[in-house]
Amino acid sequence: MTANFNQSQILETIRMIKIHHLDIRTTTLSLSLRDCASSDTKKTAKKIYDKILKYASNLVKFADEIENDYSIPIVNKRIALTPISLVAESCDNVDYTYIAQMIDKAGNEVGVDFVGGFSALVDKGFTKGDLRFFEQIPEALSTTKKLCSSVNLGTSKAGVNMDAVLKTADVIKKTAELTKEFDSIGAAKFVCFCNAVTDNPFMAGAFCAINEAECALNIGVSGPGVVSSAIEELDKTADFGEVANLVKKMAFKITTAGELIGRKLAKKLNIPFGVIDLSLAPTPLRGDSVAEIFKAMGLEQAGAHGTTMALAMLNDAVKKGGIMASSYVGGLSGAFIPVSEDAGMIEAAKIGSLTIDKLEAMTSVCSVGLDMIAIPGDTPNSTIAGIIADEMAIGMINKKTTAVRIIPVINKGIGDNAEFGGLLGSAPIMKVNPYSSEIFVKRGGRIPAPLHSLNN
Amino acid sequence: MNSDNQIIITVTGKDKVGIVAKVSNCIAQNSVNIEDIKQTIMQDNFVMIMLCNISKMQISFKEFKENILQLANELGMEIWVQKKDIFDKMHNI
Repeated sequence: MTANFNQSQILETIRMIKIHHLDIRTTTLSLSLRDCASSDTKKTAKKIYDKILKYASNLVKFADEIENDYSIPIVNKRIALTPISLVAESCDNVDYTYIAQMIDKAGNEVGVDFVGGFSALVDKGFTKGDLRFFEQIPEALSTTKKLCSSVNLGTSKAGVNMDAVLKTADVIKKTAELTKEFDSIGAAKFVCFCNAVTDNPFMAGAFCAINEAECALNIGVSGPGVVSSAIEELDKTADFGEVANLVKKMAFKITTAGELIGRKLAKKLNIPFGVIDLSLAPTPLRGDSVAEIFKAMGLEQAGAHGTTMALAMLNDAVKKGGIMASSYVGGLSGAFIPVSEDAGMIEAAKIGSLTIDKLEAMTSVCSVGLDMIAIPGDTPNSTIAGIIADEMAIGMINKKTTAVRIIPVINKGIGDNAEFGGLLGSAPIMKVNPYSSEIFVKRGGRIPAPLHSLNN
Repeated sequence: MNSDNQIIITVTGKDKVGIVAKVSNCIAQNSVNIEDIKQTIMQDNFVMIMLCNISKMQISFKEFKENILQLANELGMEIWVQKKDIFDKMHNI
């Protein structure tokens, strides 16, 4: 009789968890707040607070139980809310900061790691409420710990709101100023998007879009270490067909683990399973790095010529392998390239192999964008707006999600290091182009939506 | 069969006298049934994988796991206790 289990599969799974850091990066409860609107800030805040407590009280407890059942770490538990700019706009003299603080309090109460959704969607223009919301983002982020904020500045259908790009640069700089005692960490909790996705479980950009259900559980998997170690074991002469196939197989295994955990947890919480985001998300731990995958493929360092192709192939193969493993794939799905959260990226940035310009090129084929990049604290707002504009252009033209999460670290410059701690890691301050973008970004208005034919 | 009740216990470490006896004893004491065992020596390491059923277990899975992990400490072995379906899902289409 053959055994009812396969020894090598069991040992492989344990090795993936123990040595190669396979984990479930996040279980994110997506929660609609459409029923929390009122004409009074305090009343709306109370409704939001109560709803978070009602739906998320068991999230951490049940996630811990499932983690124990399978011995697979669930690193973060998070909540994604309906964009607060929409929920609170009808309040008289709305105080978004107060709402932010109440959300933070609720997040603390239920024990989650982050709460996202302090967000606005302004790709085509601002409402009065949006303008007020933008003004209050820095204070909201600097007076809360778990709150994450995001704004959508452009889409392939509508173009890019350049007034919003400039305002976003101001928000980033001001948030950095207000949190300068902690290496401007407030800016690490803020991201701007082009083509923001509606069901992303990853921070800082998670929110529950208005077309989403009352609640759902979205899962973000991880496991760059699993992929890099598998490629390392391949013969150095193995061709790209073999490499791509191996990545697909690994992505399949990682995703099925995520799907299982997600479905079990959703069932326990008695809420629908939403999507699985099959992103390769690194952490600052050695062996949990996307940059190490490039090295395993044969590049001396992340940033070397060939890195964009390596990333393009990786991103595509991860999607192909993962999509077979789950009925509902969504979110950002692909390979993340945050600098401060990836030991290999940090090293490459420190030795000068990885520059902002190369990272920008890489974002045209990765799953998101310029992520967790520390720049000098005295970088002009107009330069930050220029960086954002370039990234929005890549997203708009290529019909993909792009994002910028950049941290101007106040009182620090080239040669210094910023320490954010935990999953956010640390980063060398990277050089930005010294020439001015000021007149360009101050033109304002909206970049017209691009043509969707004659693609060349 | 309810696969939720099937678990895999993986024991690895330096071979010594009495590992199988002590682990089996701990499992039996908690009313957990062993359905299959595979034991080998791989690169001088003791490796034992047990398929067990916890449907008659009187304590919680968490408590059972704590008991096994305490034994792992005493034996100086590494023991993993996991629900079986993760392996079925990850390695089969």
